[in-house]
Formats: sequence, structure tokens, C-alpha cells
Amino acid sequence: MSLTQDDVKKIAHLARLSISDADIPSYEKELSNILGLVEQMNAVDTSDVSPMAHPLDMAQRLREDTVTEENHRDDYQSVAPNVEKGLFLVPQVIE
Amino acid sequence: MHNKTLSELSAALKAGEFSSTELTQSYLNRIAELDTHVNAYITVSDESALMAAKAADQKIAAGEAGPLTGIPLAQKDIFCSKGVKTSCGSKMLDSFVSPYNATVIEKFNQAGSVMLGKTNMDEFAMGSSNETSFYGAVKNPWNTDKVPGGSSGGSAAAVAARLAPASTGTDTGGSIRQPASLCGITGLKPTYGRVSRYGMIAFASSLDQAGPMTRTAEDAALMLNCMAGFDERDSTSAQREVPDYTANLSDSLDGLTIGLPKEYFGEGLDASVGKAVEEAIAEYKKLGATVKEISLPNTHLAVPTYYVVAPAECSSNLSRFDGVRFGYRCDDPIDLEDLYKRSRGEGFGSEVKRRIMIGTYALSAGYYDAYYIKAQQLRRLISDDFKRAFEEVDVIMGPTAPEPAFGLGEKSDDPITMYLSDIYTIAANLAGLPGMSVPAGFVNEMPVGLQIIGNYFDEARLLNVAHRYQQVTDWHQHAPAQFK
Repeated sequence: MSLTQDDVKKIAHLARLSISDADIPSYEKELSNILGLVEQMNAVDTSDVSPMAHPLDMAQRLREDTVTEENHRDDYQSVAPNVEKGLFLVPQVIE
Repeated sequence: MHNKTLSELSAALKAGEFSSTELTQSYLNRIAELDTHVNAYITVSDESALMAAKAADQKIAAGEAGPLTGIPLAQKDIFCSKGVKTSCGSKMLDSFVSPYNATVIEKFNQAGSVMLGKTNMDEFAMGSSNETSFYGAVKNPWNTDKVPGGSSGGSAAAVAARLAPASTGTDTGGSIRQPASLCGITGLKPTYGRVSRYGMIAFASSLDQAGPMTRTAEDAALMLNCMAGFDERDSTSAQREVPDYTANLSDSLDGLTIGLPKEYFGEGLDASVGKAVEEAIAEYKKLGATVKEISLPNTHLAVPTYYVVAPAECSSNLSRFDGVRFGYRCDDPIDLEDLYKRSRGEGFGSEVKRRIMIGTYALSAGYYDAYYIKAQQLRRLISDDFKRAFEEVDVIMGPTAPEPAFGLGEKSDDPITMYLSDIYTIAANLAGLPGMSVPAGFVNEMPVGLQIIGNYFDEARLLNVAHRYQQVTDWHQHAPAQFK
């Protein structure tokens, strides 16, 4: 599997990563090499194998639907880049 | 003091040979003097360490001390520690001071141990050489022109250089075992789910597991006693009793069956490393073990499978770093998309970006079945190989890494060659099995590790098997000349 420069741009957009035009050729090469490595997977027929999502066969644990946490909003917002009146500030989204 | 093991230090503190304050200060002095050669620490928490030491001394005086009370430890900078910078080796979190403690940190605090500081690591634990850290590469204490391994390279180097008696690491594809091997220390990756992942910054959630990095297996048992256990804050935490991991350390190995997977001794293994491993196996025969050749036929698929599963999970986990709630934010974003893209583009280093992009691609519409589902199917086959093997053998042994530590910069330009450093460790993560690396000799004056893989939740046996070997060998007692 070989990616094109357009593929790299599209993937970077999907991942919301800005990458400079100068770096695109090296990403094109390195990502293609990694996908080449990954393609060794295709040598094995797995049509009857059920996918293993989790190393231990366990069901998701459920808990009572009760309040278990205290309010830590101020603590947790103290590490945010920009907050005001308990809200996270971002550039205007809706005109 | 700095040449004593954790268990010796614990006994000395109880006997009043020195105080935790004196011990902590002596380690802080060593770090101040020597860490410039190694770069093992990102943050040294002098003040809070001495406060914790003082509190520990009071506990010891009051007769309330446990085995880890007053013991200074280094914590990998992936564990959130309240009031202390938690960077995960990334520019993205360079200014992040965690508002809460990871469960692992909380447990060590409750045990009365002392956090010396936070150790250097590959950025977001993605790397096998510690060269992807935003804070610069860690140097191997045995030869500072060589890498310490990764991603827990700072934790391994700190223990090897006697800049901490023990440390914590995390292992997603070998990140405890491989640096333990390259730095000549003992490292244990427990069974998936054995140690809580709460507050441990996530890389690949179905693979990540925390564990101890120590000089001896006995010390690893003491550390695991503190770290292991069910945590309701981690949805994949195992609901199982925690045994006393020190209880069976000295059990006889008579009748132990060791499986040697032929795939771990083939092409790609440095011949001298192979020889060191064979000599270790010979010691085990003398200790009463029998050896059986086994096959793990899907071993060669572990690396390709891992480089789908881990990046896919990483691309999802690292989406939380968006420049909004915590971490790095770019200057003057023009709109929300620009805020996301530049904060992430500027905040992440190149290996992290590569893995996010591979994961994003593997999970994208039209490719999900071909990559992610296929990888999960292979994961089943790899796991089944081990299940079959453990019907015949008690533990599996082989090399931890294919070669001793390589030179700084030697592989950093070629991701694929770097990925192959973890060729023998990745399969245990995919299967969720516990694994250890134990010092087993030297090749060209660099340490070599023996890997021991066990069945699910069989950590006590791994520690027993490692401890008995350390009773008849002294590889784990060697110290790098510069740091004796």
C-alpha cells in the first residue's frame, strides 16, 4: 500500500493535525512504509476467526446510577488554556 | 545507601540506621550531581519529596511503617500526580500540572513512599529508544552514547544509575521490559488489568499496563504488592484477589517446565544475546527445571498487528488533546478548526503524529475491516498460540530484545527498524499476558535481558522464577562504573 501526497493531506485533516508542506514527502514515505509492514497481515486467512477486542474476556462492568464524584470544575479548569465564568473559550463558531 | 535494594532500604529504615529524610536527601543529591549525564528525570520534586520523607519518618517512629514507608521512588511521567507537572514527554503537556492523582500514585502515597520526581519517557510512550521525548533523549548509564530503550527509558536509567532504588513504568508493546533489558535492571509487566490505568495517560487502552522497574525480583514483588488491585475507576480493572507476591519467591523450581519458542531464537537475534539466554536456561536446568521446545507460529505477525491496534487506539485516545481543556494551545487561532489543527500540529512530535495518522487511516471509512478487524483477528491467533503453549509449559523464556542497546541516533530516522526492537515483547501485550525482563549477562559490556512470559495472573510464579535465578547469579548486582 502506497499513499499519495493527497492521501497524507486528507488523513492529516481527518486527524485535525496541521503538517507543513515541507514535511508531506517524508510522511508520504514513512506512512507508506508502515502500511507496507502492516500488510504482512494479509498473508494469513482469518475468515473464520472472531476478532479479539480485549485481552481478557470480560463484560463491561456497570455501577449504580448514583452520584459518585464531587464537583471539581474549578480544579479541572485551572489547567485549561482559556476559561471564563466556568466556560471553556474557543474562537467564535456561530456568527 | 544508593547500592542497597529496596528491601534492604526498608529494613534499614525500620532498624533506624538512617531516616527517610537522610535517604531522600542522599538520592536528591545524587540526582543533582549525576542526572546531567543521563537525563532520566523531567521533574525533580525536591520539596514535596522531603515533606513526604518527614511524614514517613514520623510513621516509622510511631511503628506504623509498611514495607514501602519512607522509600524514595521515581514515577514515570505518564502518571498524573497532583500539583506536579505531568508531561508524558510531550510539548503538548509541558505546562500541565495535574489536578488529581493516578491510582498508582495514590497507592504509593498511602503506603508512605516518597516521590523523588517524574522520569523521562518517549513522547506519549511511543518509542523504543527514549529519543522521541520533548525533553531530549535519555542516555544509557552503561554507555552514554547509547539509548536506554523505551518508552520507560528514564525509569530504567534512573534505577540503573542508582538515581532511585526503584521506579514505575508502563508497557504497551515492551516499554517496561525492553528498557529493563537494555539498562540491566528487572522489569515486570503484569497481566492486563492487574494494575489500575486510572490517571495513567492513555496510549492504547487495550494494551497499556503499569508495572515496577527495580534492581531485583524481590523488590518488584514489594512494588507490585502496592500497585496491584481492583479499582472501580478503571473499567477494565481485574476483579481478582491480590496475593502477597513476596510469599512464594523462594519456592523450589523443581519440576518447572520452561517453554522455549523456536521463533524467538531465529533470524534477527544477535548471536551473543542468544548465547546469554542459553546460559540462563542452563542455570534453570541446574535449579531443577525442564526445558521444552515449543512453537508460537504467529509470532511474526505480532509487529504488523500491533502497528494497527496501537495506532488505532492512540488516534482515538489522543483526540482529547484539542487545545481546549488542557495542554498546549496555538497562538491566535483564526477559527475552531485552526485551533485544533495547529494546537495538535505544534504540540505533538513527529512519531506521535505518524501513529495518529496511521490509526486514523486504519479506522477510516472503507479501511476499517481491512486493517482494524483483520488485526483483531490476528490478535486472537497470537493469543491462541500462547493458550496452547501454556497447556504444556509453566513459563516461556527467550530474549527480551534482539540486541543490546544501540547507539543514539542509530535508528531514529527509520521507524520500521525501530519498531523491530520490540519484536519479542509485543505478543505478550496483544495477548494480555504478564512478562518480565531479568538481567542475564553482558554483550560488549552492555546488559542483556532474559524474558520470562507467564500465564494470566501468574505474576507470583514469574517473580519466583526470576528470584531463584537471582539467588544463583549476580548479573542484577552489577552497576555501571560511572554510577557506582
